[in-house]
Amino acid sequence: MARLRITGLYKSYDSVQAVRGVDLDIPEGEFAVLVGPSGCGKSTMLRTIAGLEEPDAGTIEIDGEIVNDLPPRSRDVAMVFQNYALYPYMKVFDNIAFGLRARKFPAGEIKERVLAAAATLNISGLLDRLPRQLSGGERQRVAIGRAIVRDARLFLFDEPLSNLDAQLREEMRLEIKELHQRLGKTMIYVTHDQIEARTLADRVVLLNNGRIEQEGAPLDLFERPVNRFVAGFLGSPSMNFIPARLVAADESLAVTFEDGTALAVPAAAYERLAGRSGHDVIFGVRTEHISRARDGDTREGLAPLSATIDVVQPTGSRTYVTFRLSGTPVMAELRAHDVEHPGQRIELDVDMNRAILIDPETDLVL
Amino acid sequence: MTGETRADAVYVPKDWWLRRRTWTYVGRYAAAIVITLLFLFPVYWIFIMAFKTPEEVFASPPIWYPAQIQFKTFAVLFRDGDVGTIGNSLITAGVSTVLAMFFGTIAAYSLARFRTGGENLAIWIISQRMIPPIVIIFPVFLVYVFFGWVDTFQGLILLYTAFNLPYVTWMMRGYIEDIPIELEQSALVDGWSRWQVLLRVVFPMARAGLFATAVFTFIFAWNDFIFALVLTRVEITTYPVQVTSFFGQQQTFWAKIGAMSILGTLPIFFAVALFQRYLVRGISLGAIKG
Ligand SMILES: Nc1ncnc2c1ncn2[C@@H]1O[C@H](COP(=O)(O)OP(=O)(O)OP(=O)(O)O)[C@@H](O)[C@H]1O
Ligand SMILES: [Mg+2]
Repeated sequence: MARLRITGLYKSYDSVQAVRGVDLDIPEGEFAVLVGPSGCGKSTMLRTIAGLEEPDAGTIEIDGEIVNDLPPRSRDVAMVFQNYALYPYMKVFDNIAFGLRARKFPAGEIKERVLAAAATLNISGLLDRLPRQLSGGERQRVAIGRAIVRDARLFLFDEPLSNLDAQLREEMRLEIKELHQRLGKTMIYVTHDQIEARTLADRVVLLNNGRIEQEGAPLDLFERPVNRFVAGFLGSPSMNFIPARLVAADESLAVTFEDGTALAVPAAAYERLAGRSGHDVIFGVRTEHISRARDGDTREGLAPLSATIDVVQPTGSRTYVTFRLSGTPVMAELRAHDVEHPGQRIELDVDMNRAILIDPETDLVL
Repeated sequence: MTGETRADAVYVPKDWWLRRRTWTYVGRYAAAIVITLLFLFPVYWIFIMAFKTPEEVFASPPIWYPAQIQFKTFAVLFRDGDVGTIGNSLITAGVSTVLAMFFGTIAAYSLARFRTGGENLAIWIISQRMIPPIVIIFPVFLVYVFFGWVDTFQGLILLYTAFNLPYVTWMMRGYIEDIPIELEQSALVDGWSRWQVLLRVVFPMARAGLFATAVFTFIFAWNDFIFALVLTRVEITTYPVQVTSFFGQQQTFWAKIGAMSILGTLPIFFAVALFQRYLVRGISLGAIKG
C-alpha cells in the first residue's frame, strides 16, 4: 500500500514534450484512472513512475520517499504493459512466475500464486502454452496475471483490457475492481474506455498534451467540467457546442443564437452570469439533456425549443436525432418512439440546469 | 503399378514432351545439376586425393576414383603430429570466439540500449573491421616480438578476438535493437537486475543471432591464414598454415593436402549443421519481425 505523489513532472523525448508539469497526489489505496487522447502522455507517466524513464524535472514520491534515483526493481511496483510484453520463449506459467522468481519466492508458493492468479483470470488451461499459441485476449490476461501475482505496493495498468471483446472486458473489469477491493492497493490505470474509467475509478485524471486538464471523482468531471476540452472529451456522444450570446432582458437572462432562438437561463444562475450579459459565449449541452417536450413536465429550468429533425438514428431503447440550431448540427438523445421520421418538426426541452456556458476566449466554463 | 491405382494416376497428356512447361523444367534442372557439379567437383577432387596413392595423384589421364580407398595418408598425418595443428586451430578459434562473443555482445547491448557514443561510435567500431589484415599485421608483429608473444596462444587469441569484436558488436547491436524493449523493461520492473535481464531476456531473445554470429566469427578465425602465417612458428601453427607446408620446393604432398582439408572442414561442417536452424533464422532475422 502506498501513497503516490508526483510534483512538477516534466518529460520530453527529443523534440516531443510528453509530460509538461504534472502534479498528482494519489492517496493510499485509491484507484486512479488516467484518461486522455492518444499521445497525451499517459504511458509516459506510468513509465516514469515505474522508473523506466528518467524525468527531466520533478519528483516522484512513494510513501513519502522520493524514488527518482531508485532503479525500477527497488520501487516495488507491478506494471501491465500496453503491448503485453510476454516472453515468447517461456510457457504461460513461467511468464506469470517470472517476477516471483526474481524476488526469490519459494517454489511451492510460486506455484500456489500462479495457479490462483490463473484461476482468477480464467486461463488455468493455458499454463503449458507458449504466448504465440494464445489469442490476443488471452495474452492480455497473462500480462495482467504477471502483475497481480506480485505483492507490489503500487500497480500500474496500461490499457490492460483494450484487446478484449465486450463481454470479456466487462468480466475483467469486474475482476480488477474486485482485486482492488480485496488488496486495497494503490492502482493507476490507463484506459481509453470511458465506461471503464467511470466504473473503476475513485478518481479520474484527464490528461491532454502532457498536462492535467482536470481531476476528481468520475461524476464530478462529467457534471462539472472546468473547460471545453473536459466537457467535450467525457461523455459519448460528445457534448454539443453552439456559438451564442448572453442577452439580458427585463429581469431575465437568455442564451440567444444568431437565428434569434433564445433559451432562458434558470434563475439560480443569474447572479453567476449577470456580468457576462452582452458577451459571446459557447453554449454546451449533452445529448441526453435535450428531450421531447411533454405536457405536464414542469421541472425548473426547462427551456422550450422547436426543431426540424434532419437525421434519425434508432439504437433500440434510445433514438439519436440530429437537427440544426442556428446552423450548427446538434445531436439529442430521445426515447425510442419520440420521432417517427426525418423532416418532422417537434418540440424539445433543453435542461438548462445541466447545460454549460463557455467563454470562447479562454475555453473555461463560466 | 497395379491396375487398381490407375484411376488415381496423374493425368499425363499425350503430347507432354512437346509442351513448353516441360522443357522449362528440364532446362532448369539440367542447369542446376551442371552448376552443382561445377561447384562440387573441386571439393570432390581435393577430398578424393586424400585416398589416392602418389601414383594415382599424378596419373595421366587423371584417375577419377582410386582403385582402392586407403587411409595411409591419415595415418601419416596422425603419426607426424600434423593433426595437432587442427587442435591449435580449435583452441585459438574457439577461445577467441567465446571472448569476442562475450565482450562484443555486452558492448552491443550498451550501444543499443544506452545509446553509448550515439550513432558515431557504432560506425567507428565497424570501420575497424574494414581495415585489411595485411595493413596491420606487420606493426602487430613488431609489437608481438617486443612482448614475446609470437607463436603463443595468447597472442593469436588476442588478435582474433580484437579482429572479431567489431563484427560481433555490430551484428549483435542489430539483433538486440530488434528485441521489443518492453520485454526488458517488464523484467526490470519485476525485480531483475540488468545482468539478469541480459541473461534471461536478451540472450534467449537474440539466440538465433548469437549462434549465427558465433559461427561466422569462428569461421573467420578458423580460416585465417595471414595472421597465423606471420605470428606462428612451430608451437601453435594453425591448420591452414600447416597445409601450405605440404607445398614443397621439390615436391607437393597432394594426398596430405587432401587429407588435411577433410579434417579441417569437419569442425565447420559440424558447427554449421548443428546451428543450421539458427543460421537461417539469424541471417533472415531483420527481414521478418513477428
Ligand atoms: N520513446 C519515445 N521516443 C520519442 N517520442 C516518444 C517516445 N515515447 C513516446 N513518445 C511521444 O510522447 C508522447 C506521449 O506518448 P505516450 O506513449 O505517453 O502517449 P499515450 O498517452 O500513452 O498514448 P496512447 O493512448 O496512444 O497509448 C507522444 O507524442 C509520443 O509520440
Ligand atoms: Mg499509451
